[in-house]
Amino acid sequence: MQAFARRAVSGFGVVLGVVTLMFALLRLAPGDPALLLVGPAATAEQVAAQRHALGLDRPLPAQYAAWLGRFAQGDWGTSIATGRPVRTMLARAWPATVRLVGISLVLSYLIGIGIGVVQATRGGWLDTALSVATVTLFALPGYWLGLMMVMLFTYWLRWLPAFGAAGFDADFLPPAARLADRLRHLTLPLVTLTLVGIGGTARFVRGAMLDVAGAPFVTVARAKGLSERRVTLHHVLRNALIPVLTLLGLSLPTLFSGAVFIEAIFAWPGVGRVLVEAVQARDYPVVMAATAVSAVLVVLGNLLSELLVHVADPRVR
Amino acid sequence: MRGEARGLFHDRRAAVGAAVLAVAVLGALLAPLLAGDPIAQHDIVLTRFLPPLATDPLGAFHLLGTDRFGRDVWARLIYGARVSLGVGVLAVLLSVLIGVAVGAAAGFWRGWLATALLGLTDFALALPRVVLLLLLASLWRPSAGLVIVVLGLTGWMTIARLVYAEVRALAGRPFVESAVGLGVPGPRILLRHILPNAMTPVIVATALGLGNAVLLEAGLSFLGLGVQPPTPSWGNLIASGRDTLVNAPWVATAPGVALVLVVVAATLLGDAVRDRLDPGKVG
Repeated sequence: MQAFARRAVSGFGVVLGVVTLMFALLRLAPGDPALLLVGPAATAEQVAAQRHALGLDRPLPAQYAAWLGRFAQGDWGTSIATGRPVRTMLARAWPATVRLVGISLVLSYLIGIGIGVVQATRGGWLDTALSVATVTLFALPGYWLGLMMVMLFTYWLRWLPAFGAAGFDADFLPPAARLADRLRHLTLPLVTLTLVGIGGTARFVRGAMLDVAGAPFVTVARAKGLSERRVTLHHVLRNALIPVLTLLGLSLPTLFSGAVFIEAIFAWPGVGRVLVEAVQARDYPVVMAATAVSAVLVVLGNLLSELLVHVADPRVR
Repeated sequence: MRGEARGLFHDRRAAVGAAVLAVAVLGALLAPLLAGDPIAQHDIVLTRFLPPLATDPLGAFHLLGTDRFGRDVWARLIYGARVSLGVGVLAVLLSVLIGVAVGAAAGFWRGWLATALLGLTDFALALPRVVLLLLLASLWRPSAGLVIVVLGLTGWMTIARLVYAEVRALAGRPFVESAVGLGVPGPRILLRHILPNAMTPVIVATALGLGNAVLLEAGLSFLGLGVQPPTPSWGNLIASGRDTLVNAPWVATAPGVALVLVVVAATLLGDAVRDRLDPGKVG
């Protein structure tokens, strides 16, 4: 419990650090911070108002306090490109990202663990073949794989849609058809993101399993007369899963980064796509807020994985 | 370490990985000999979107076809290798420089310096790298140099941690104690005695980091935040082929295949080196 509280505090520290980093970057970057935040089409009064809000005429510590205060109160500014409050844009976007990343995480870990176990127990040519496959998956750029999947499944086979989370007519469909529509739109981005994740997980699990399989307690288990299956699943896998669960926490930033590209390719309405579009439009209020939200999502995911390790490993309790 | 390295190429992974990387690097260096001009445009109407192995009406042969402006895809691929590999290598070198400095300082001098540096490292590790890249790339003007700096600044953390662990372990050894006792100044001990022995994990991280850096450079260029057209990079090649996936799939496919081959090669080489020099590590 204490470790959990410590993790929560350090997570809060990360978010604070991100907000501070953005404060620093806004001032270090070329250009006037106030102008950057209101955009080139703003009136003189709007620029003046922004200067006052940022406190640019006051000493630096006061500016920093004003910046922190704004973020804490939820005033994340107005988007330059759309004119809508940034907070609303992100509130609508983050559930879509959690859906995509969450399901992909579960699937890629389940499949990756399965492949890693098969590789470690069978060995031989199957191991080599799967190693080639997982290294290739690991090396694939997610956005390129996404493009190839769109080419195959949308343009050539016409099986699955390539853009968005739902069709244009989704609101008029009966519930069952609407669900089917949403699932069809989820398929390609989910498959792409999961395939990329499987590569890394399978490689790590294979290594962890081989590592544990050499331990003395495994030899004892075999000597006791337990079936090979029980030794593998009950003894080797259970212990190999602990570093895998830790990897889960460490790989969340990477997974999130990959999701950014996938969301951009498939126009998936999540935080990643909002971020990419904002970056391309130099819509800084949105960029800053989306960065902070991404960091928060990663921190929350890390806390979850800490919890899982806590549950799985009796030594940690 | 040299003795262990001698048998490295008996491992097929290392041989294949090194061979592919060597071909890629050679190709990039010999670009002017291997292909025509990647940027020049001739009669666009006559030469655009030719399929691979076609010869255009002006007599030029196109191994991988042409793009929307009639530019030879093979030439853009080869010259793009220069940019993508060059940026990747320089970015990794910058990461290694920063990571070794941070890790060695934390491991050798310990105390509050180590706490501060390790805290900084952990903070940076918790950030999604691409998000950070996008943020940094949006604030400054996009260019190859910016990509190198930004990739270098976001990729040093793993190396720092590895170097910290190695230096910390080595700093307690008798040979370091004797050097201190003889009056050798701290930085000199660090540079000439400790660091050369701490390089093993750095080499592994460099090989694995190269693949990652090349992928990220391509990703940034794909989003328009890295190397700007008409200078070819594998990333902006994929981006330019994105709109014409249906009628000219070769424009986007070729650079992707090249990327995968190079990254797979770097990863295999990194795996083989790691297993060779540190067989006890988890995979």
